Amino acid sequence: NRASRKKNYQQKNSDGKKAGEEGSQQRERGKKAPTKDQKESENKEKKTNKKEKEGDDKQKTDRKNSTTSSSNSSDEESLSEEELAMLMEQVEQKKKLISTMRNKPWRMMKKLSVLREAQAFVEKFEGALGKGKGKKLYAYKMMMAKKWVKFKRDFDNFKTQCIPWEMKIKEVESHFGSSVASYFIFLRWMYGVNLVLFGLIFGLVIIPEILMGMPYGSMPRKTVPRAEQATAMDFSVLWDFEGYIKYSALFYGYYNNQRTIGWLKYRLPMAYFTVGISVFGYSLMVVIRSMARNANESTADGDDDNFIFSWKMFTSWDYLIGNPETADNKFASITTSFKESIVDEQESNKDENIHLRRFLRVLANVLIICCLCGSGYLIYFVVKRSQTFSKMQNVGWYERNEVEIVMSLLGMFCPPLFETIAALENYHPRIGLKWQLGRIFALFLGNLYTFLLALMDDVNEKLVEEDVVKNITHWTLLSHHNSSMGNGSTATPPPLDPADVPRGPCWETTVGIEIVRLTVSDILVTYITILVGDFIRACFVRFMNYCWCWDLEAGFPSYAEFDISGNVLGLIFNQGMIWMGSFYAPGLVGINVLRLLTSMYFQCWAVMSSNVPHARVFKASKSNNFYMGLLLLILFLSLLPVAYTIMSLPPSFDCGPFSGKKRMYEVIQETIELDFPLFVAKIFSYVANPGLIIPAILLMVLAIYYLNAVAEAYQRANVELKKKMQMQREEEKNKRNNKASTNPVLQDLEDLFTPSTKTESNLKEAEDKKIDSPNRTSPAVKQDRAAALGGSPMTGGRGTAFTRPPHMFMPRPPTPHVWAPYPGQPRPRGYPLGPVPGRGRGQPRYLYPVQ
Amino acid sequence: MGNKQTIFTPEQLDAYQDCTFFTRKEILRLFYRYRDLAPQLVPPDYTDKPDVTLPYQLIGSMPELKDNPFRQRIAEVFSEHGDGNMTLDDFLDMFSVLSEMAPRDLKAYYAFKIYDFNNDDYICKSDLEKTVNKLTRNELTPEEVRLVCEKVIYEADVDNDGKLSLEDFQHMIIRAPDFLSTFHIRI
Repeated sequence: NRASRKKNYQQKNSDGKKAGEEGSQQRERGKKAPTKDQKESENKEKKTNKKEKEGDDKQKTDRKNSTTSSSNSSDEESLSEEELAMLMEQVEQKKKLISTMRNKPWRMMKKLSVLREAQAFVEKFEGALGKGKGKKLYAYKMMMAKKWVKFKRDFDNFKTQCIPWEMKIKEVESHFGSSVASYFIFLRWMYGVNLVLFGLIFGLVIIPEILMGMPYGSMPRKTVPRAEQATAMDFSVLWDFEGYIKYSALFYGYYNNQRTIGWLKYRLPMAYFTVGISVFGYSLMVVIRSMARNANESTADGDDDNFIFSWKMFTSWDYLIGNPETADNKFASITTSFKESIVDEQESNKDENIHLRRFLRVLANVLIICCLCGSGYLIYFVVKRSQTFSKMQNVGWYERNEVEIVMSLLGMFCPPLFETIAALENYHPRIGLKWQLGRIFALFLGNLYTFLLALMDDVNEKLVEEDVVKNITHWTLLSHHNSSMGNGSTATPPPLDPADVPRGPCWETTVGIEIVRLTVSDILVTYITILVGDFIRACFVRFMNYCWCWDLEAGFPSYAEFDISGNVLGLIFNQGMIWMGSFYAPGLVGINVLRLLTSMYFQCWAVMSSNVPHARVFKASKSNNFYMGLLLLILFLSLLPVAYTIMSLPPSFDCGPFSGKKRMYEVIQETIELDFPLFVAKIFSYVANPGLIIPAILLMVLAIYYLNAVAEAYQRANVELKKKMQMQREEEKNKRNNKASTNPVLQDLEDLFTPSTKTESNLKEAEDKKIDSPNRTSPAVKQDRAAALGGSPMTGGRGTAFTRPPHMFMPRPPTPHVWAPYPGQPRPRGYPLGPVPGRGRGQPRYLYPVQ
Repeated sequence: MGNKQTIFTPEQLDAYQDCTFFTRKEILRLFYRYRDLAPQLVPPDYTDKPDVTLPYQLIGSMPELKDNPFRQRIAEVFSEHGDGNMTLDDFLDMFSVLSEMAPRDLKAYYAFKIYDFNNDDYICKSDLEKTVNKLTRNELTPEEVRLVCEKVIYEADVDNDGKLSLEDFQHMIIRAPDFLSTFHIRI
């Protein structure tokens, strides 16, 4: 059917305006037809499918007939330029309609029919557009556009197919509301990011090294030293990431500094370096992009205090809730929040001891700073001690893992401590939450950085040590050579076994191992906390409740709530360590992917089995960008130490892909010099010139300054507009109050007035109506507007309200004494009132009786 | 693959994808959800557009809606005759509007209709009272309910007619920080 119609359209590729008219007529027909259909179906409730199909067919044949007749009648005429343009415009409009169809608040039936006939229109007239040579091109372009749309749709279909855990998250969401689910969505997002990082690192570094690099045992850096070989396979050693794991592709030290490996001539050191950089580049890009998207979506800043009750009423129900228990909680929390705000409203300015509160807040902050300093010092002390331990032999399990244990314990016990201290401050819960998050973050960050600083000390010591070892190695190799030469044999000396060559300390691997161990212990502590703190507690409360002297479920231990902020912060902090460590331990990202994967399942299970919904839910959507901001901050902070080590520390001489170079970044210079034509090297040297870099940075700073200024200006304009609106509202309200209070008085006075004043007041009232009319649209108009909702909130009354003269915006309380500045302007009786819209309405009514 | 061919024609699927915020997979999933509500009523084949409506009792018993205090209003707003009985098209419409992808304005428009209990295109005091009572399960005293309603009208009524028009409602709801995240049902 469709094909035949298409043929028809192609036949009359040169139809004129008439055809367009016909088309529009036909369109109307098309519009009417379904409604007719609908009516029919309404009339005959039980209409069989067959009949409907018939009707449909009839309609189609009808349409066909009409088009053929139209084509016959309009065959002779040809298209002129402007008609063509008009047609083009129409087609474009239709296309736009098709693409925005889903945004229309119509019934599906209407949408489908409008869509069908818009598509038919486009299909019909697309062929008619363009002339001669242009036509073919146009048709080709259209075809490609169609293909592209189809491809995009398929790709979207594919993408939704690939999103994992949709059902799991939905289940959590229906039990706990959107705020808990936001954690899992964040976790899933993180998993996606890490999966990409994992692909980068494994695909470009680890797998090439395993496939094409020198095998294990072929050279000193890839061999376990003789002294460690006996215990290298023990579990306790492997668990500390020593032994065979230390000398595997998971760590920096394993990689060789050969420029190219394998038959592909794969430049591994170069790949290692660029992948290390692009891990940061990609993460930065992703984080900033999602931040920008979030910012775009939430045009509302939400700190508007104008709509407290309205928002409570219309947005506090979470439509995602699908669990009776959660619904009960939600009802209760909504009720309390209503009651709270009623109380707040009633006694908004109650007396309180502001000095005591200030004192308590200062005290709380001092206490918390003490805590932070103490934990920082503790970590520094422990790391220092671990360095002395590492030099001793026969240290116990505790001594070896002291750093990790202390850091995990601090992470476990400090946040509750902060919470207790924060109770002193008595902030609003939302502000309190931000403070709490900020403090925990400061704790984590402080701990991490002390840890890093202590590690840096360690690295510097190792660097000194390395110089000594370097000489020894050199000397050993030389003496070995000499001794074999000294024997007088002409044969080449048996090479020294790689396990026997003295090694440098290889600080990069040490750093990598430290971070990996920290990550693993963090994972374990998290899981054990969930298991003990949530699951065992829930079991205890559930089963011991039968034989206990008080109600465990309602009383003291009760069930745990899901700690959203703590979990999100833990995730962010963990990600920071991954970023920091991935350069020195490429395998770390793999561990992290495993961690996120397991924690998705484990935490989903734990939440569903042993947590209760929040009694007091904080807003998840608003803090979304807050979390992203923290993530960005930690990304930047973890970038710093890596960049520092790359730029200013010499790499170890006998391990890693950059051994033998003075600095790690020299690998780029080397590649450019050796592998690229000369002019590229030249360009590079120009670009790297400080004379170019400094102006570039200056330019960027200027751009930032300019954009910032523009943004500020917009913001100010926004505030201004808001203020105007506020004033407008108040003015209107006052006016209303005036009317209400003066009306009875006016009624009385009107009887006393002469006829002329009466007419004047009539006039005035007419004027009032005229001005009010845009605001008070009749219901019919409103209905219309509602039906043809364009989406813009600024249509109608408010738009016109803005254009009034500015002095109208002054808020005027209804008390008469405010009019005092005005009595100096007596008004002649016959003053033409109609065309002056900007005079203070209602004002003369006061003035006349007073004068 | 076989399933897809028998339920909808590809043209139908394309049209649905143009008219909703769903992808093919989601449309099919919604169809199965719809069918599971009443397997004996809904035919497995929609290529010839059978005229089937499911009563509100079935729609309202979906786990996604069953605990929602506004479930009846939602069903009424999206049903063709305003009685809560839904065809598949209405069903798709409903979840399309409530999906994550739907724009704020569309959501605001339908939220307005949902909260407008007496269908007079204004949210007036009686509508507000109903909303509050549904939200709090009648736990507030009439005094408090009245206070809250007055407050809402005071805050949101821009044109001062004592009730909220669609513009007032949009003006207010567009600034709400978590309207989008809460007016949303994942399917």
